[in-house]
Amino acid sequence: MTSLDFSTTIGSTWFPAPTFTASGCASSGRELAQFFPLREMGGIVTKSVMSKVRPGRPTPRMAETPSGMLNSIGLQGPGIDAFLAKDIPYLTEQKARIIVSIAGETVEEYSTLARKLRSVSGISAIEVNISCPNVENRGLVFACDPEASRRVIDGVRRTIGGELPIIAKLSPDVTDLVSIARGVVDAGADGLALINTVLGMVINIDTMRPQLGGKTGGLSGPAIRPIAVRAVYQVHAALPNTPILGMGGISSGRDALEMILAGASGVSIGTASFGNPKAIMSIQNELKQLLIDRGFTSLKQAIGYAHRAEAGSTQ
Amino acid sequence: MSQINKSAKQILAPVVSNKRVGQYHQIILNIGDLAAVCKPGNFVAISVGGDTSKMVLRRAFAISRVSNSSTFGGTMELIVAPHGQGSKWLCAQQEGVMIDIVAPLGTAFGIPTEPVPVLLVGGGYGSAPLFGLAEVLNARGCRVDMLLGASTASKIYAPMEGKRAVNSMRIYTEDGSMGQAGRVTDPIPEIIKDLDIAVIYSCGPMAMLSAITKISDQFGVVHQCAVEESMACGIGICMTCVLPVENEDGSISNLRSCIDGPVMDGSKVQWSQVGTQL
Repeated sequence: MTSLDFSTTIGSTWFPAPTFTASGCASSGRELAQFFPLREMGGIVTKSVMSKVRPGRPTPRMAETPSGMLNSIGLQGPGIDAFLAKDIPYLTEQKARIIVSIAGETVEEYSTLARKLRSVSGISAIEVNISCPNVENRGLVFACDPEASRRVIDGVRRTIGGELPIIAKLSPDVTDLVSIARGVVDAGADGLALINTVLGMVINIDTMRPQLGGKTGGLSGPAIRPIAVRAVYQVHAALPNTPILGMGGISSGRDALEMILAGASGVSIGTASFGNPKAIMSIQNELKQLLIDRGFTSLKQAIGYAHRAEAGSTQ
Repeated sequence: MSQINKSAKQILAPVVSNKRVGQYHQIILNIGDLAAVCKPGNFVAISVGGDTSKMVLRRAFAISRVSNSSTFGGTMELIVAPHGQGSKWLCAQQEGVMIDIVAPLGTAFGIPTEPVPVLLVGGGYGSAPLFGLAEVLNARGCRVDMLLGASTASKIYAPMEGKRAVNSMRIYTEDGSMGQAGRVTDPIPEIIKDLDIAVIYSCGPMAMLSAITKISDQFGVVHQCAVEESMACGIGICMTCVLPVENEDGSISNLRSCIDGPVMDGSKVQWSQVGTQL
């Protein structure tokens, strides 16, 4: 039996496995707990929560596309107080490692949310979702604006202090992803989550109108995987010391390994769980085997391995 | 909160038979012990297209009936119309093929504790789960009457053996090609009065469920309806299949039809607000 150190670290936090849910694709864990023990994965990234109850966008909210899907949920959720009262105790009881994802409409809302999380025990990290595409006004997608991104992360960092790692979730729908990534890291992000969904649209040819109630939606699934691999590769090349949670269409151990080789310290699984509730468990097992097969003795050795200098290169 | 889908399992279930019945396919899967925990109203989420498929999402189908007594062990019957790519794939699967299923999912029809008269109303192939329900209600001692409706004869699903558990079955088609011409909701007020109906169970398109709710509210009859909303996961994690439903405190929330449904209290669903911004 070959031994493999499968653990990873995001900022100051250690995780026994590099496999996570993607925010918005696992609710707060109860639904998946019917299919596998939540403590067996690296951690759960909970659905992005806002200050108040939010009903989300009108239906239809979903359209399947080739090797993917569009969603237009619009951050439906119970609000931070109900989330902290009901979901955190449940997840703690399950011994799950918890990354809480937060979303706000203003810089102040993010800071308010961070303040509520500061004293909560049992949280491993905070994901700051500044890139949800399902908002009324595209101008509100902070991650499309380097300055707004910086201000959100700076506000959360000042509020939370130095204790909990902050992971900034970014959008691929930008011209220069590296400069936005650099900006949020300078403002205090310990890690990055790459990528959020890609803005898309389906038109129903019977009604001859956009299929989704919200008209546009976020594209996810294997259709966007090469975009995610490219994004992780580019950002890791520029910021090799910043841990990245890689996501976008990962459905197999092979896909997870690809993301690790591109530079991700961990992977999040989203749409694949819709098609297979036990996807995270099978991806985790396949990834372990693929690492062992390639002679790695630790996951960390494989992170960014695709960036190594070619044999004979002088670099 | 109680455990979600506590009986659900993901298994590979072999196709026992696949027969064409008019416009539909009757597909029987061997599901072993899971048959014992499936209740009328529950649904199954099925992976379609095989391992290399570009279809990444499961398809949800109402479980029309389960059986424990057959020579195959526990079986599940599905009535599937080959409409889209996923259902066409499923209808093309022959005996012996292994199907990846997650079941049983969602809420079930509530069975009255007393043997009260009940009315079952089905629209199109939505009627399929009502036959399994009729058997359970019949066993409870309820008088069961059934109305089936569709736009035209070919869209009516009414198997011969389905009549065994019902006291009467009336069929309505909008074009008059089968049974009586008209809408399936037309005779409901008369039937409620004549038979002293206590509960209406329904399954079918949203417009029909909404129309039945108007009538059931007017007569103060309980209306348990099985809703159909497009779903990505079927297990409660994607949040796409929501419907506006009134809470106990009078407020309205978008509830998941996969977890809080498919069987819902018709009088609580805010039919006029479906597809609008809350």
